[in-house]
Amino acid sequence: MTYIQCQRRTTAALATAVSAIAVASLSSSPAAAAGTPAGTNIQNVATATYEPVPGGPATSVESNTVTLKVDELLDVAVAWADPADVASAPAASGQVLRFNVTNAGNGSESFTLGTIANGGGDDFDPAVTSIVLDSNGNGAYDAGIDTVYAAGSNDPELAADQSLTVFVLSSIPAAALDAQRGKVELTATAKTGSGAPGTSFAGLGQGGGDAVVGATGAAAQDDGWYKVGKAAIGFTKSASVLDPWGGATSAPGAVVTYTLTATVTGSGSLGNVRINDPIPAGTSYAAGSLTLDGSSLSDAADADAGAFNGTGISVGLGTLASGASRSVTFKVKID
Amino acid sequence: MKIILFMLALIAPAAAMAADDVALSSQVLVEKIVKDAKGEAKTVRQKPDVVTPGDSLVFLLSYKNQGAEPATGFTVTNPVPQAVAFASADGAGAEVSVDGGKTWGQLAALKIASADGTSRAAVAADVTHVRWSFAQPIAAGKSGDLSFRGTVK
Repeated sequence: MTYIQCQRRTTAALATAVSAIAVASLSSSPAAAAGTPAGTNIQNVATATYEPVPGGPATSVESNTVTLKVDELLDVAVAWADPADVASAPAASGQVLRFNVTNAGNGSESFTLGTIANGGGDDFDPAVTSIVLDSNGNGAYDAGIDTVYAAGSNDPELAADQSLTVFVLSSIPAAALDAQRGKVELTATAKTGSGAPGTSFAGLGQGGGDAVVGATGAAAQDDGWYKVGKAAIGFTKSASVLDPWGGATSAPGAVVTYTLTATVTGSGSLGNVRINDPIPAGTSYAAGSLTLDGSSLSDAADADAGAFNGTGISVGLGTLASGASRSVTFKVKID
Repeated sequence: MKIILFMLALIAPAAAMAADDVALSSQVLVEKIVKDAKGEAKTVRQKPDVVTPGDSLVFLLSYKNQGAEPATGFTVTNPVPQAVAFASADGAGAEVSVDGGKTWGQLAALKIASADGTSRAAVAADVTHVRWSFAQPIAAGKSGDLSFRGTVK
């Protein structure tokens, strides 16, 4: 298509049979990144010099000029960019996966994006709610700022070698169980065309040449993963009695020590965990008896995690990861 | 005097040409590896209908002395196109230049100077020009072929 040969003052027949050439030098070295831009002309011309009269002035002859136009290579790469499974929860919406889409070809190209959430190989199917283009280029999802993608209307156009961050927002099914994983595949396909490597689209390349499907098939995809963390908290409460006579009779004057233990199970973490316990009727709180994991807490509502407010105790435990256990004790005296 | 004329001939070849006793032609083919019917890979040369980065190109030069006298001091020089990474040259008497044609030699003997004053051994991709120099005159009526290879950058 783009083979131009200008015959220029030559009468010699083109000899195509060239003396034996080793094929060893034919290494299929891949093009460096984007490579020569599509539409670039490669021109070759050689010059011969000689002396028509031995020892006399030299003269020179130019060959014809061969011009090759570099065609557009259609190649694309998609890579999931989150460092690990995105932690999520059952019934959560707007859960963000991050991908990078890179134009690996040598010309400017638009790409159609799509998602597949029911491809199998996972525990549940996330429900994709939108694909969002990182239009401000900061690599982070900005609701209301980044552009929501609509196939066919704002297919991203990328220059050769350019990358774009693409977000996929999904809802997690309410039935998803703790530690289950679900994936969404993001696909990107060159708009000019895709298919078997080597397929060419005459005249559709940037710069006037052809467009040729490269090694990636001009379509690429990658899986991004969600993982459900469903933490649960369990409480146990126990009491031990010490009566004034060294026994364990629940008689007036006996001191009851309550132990409250909170344990987080499952995966993920729970935020803002707090233990509240009212002082039982017929008993009085023993001032200064509150402890957390064996350390004393003051009764006042102050910098430490615990307080007694006159009717019950309260201890803030903050965020607890799965497997964490905290123990609170306090004492009351039976009236 | 001879040197000056020679330089003039290089700089303005069109002006210096009187009678073209020597003809020189060039063509470029793409080398592709294809599987034959037995599934064995083999290299074929094709007309460059489609050229993309990474393709292997073969530059073929054919010369013929169509005059009545032998051509002495015969030299063929081919600058490597900018978008092509030189790979190798075939034929006796082939030399390369990595500095735009100022100095010539075998690739292994050439060096690339760095900005900090050091230098490194030149590699094929550094080659800017290929040249073939013939020690013996090209007899009247004689022809021959030269070639070199490169990869589209």
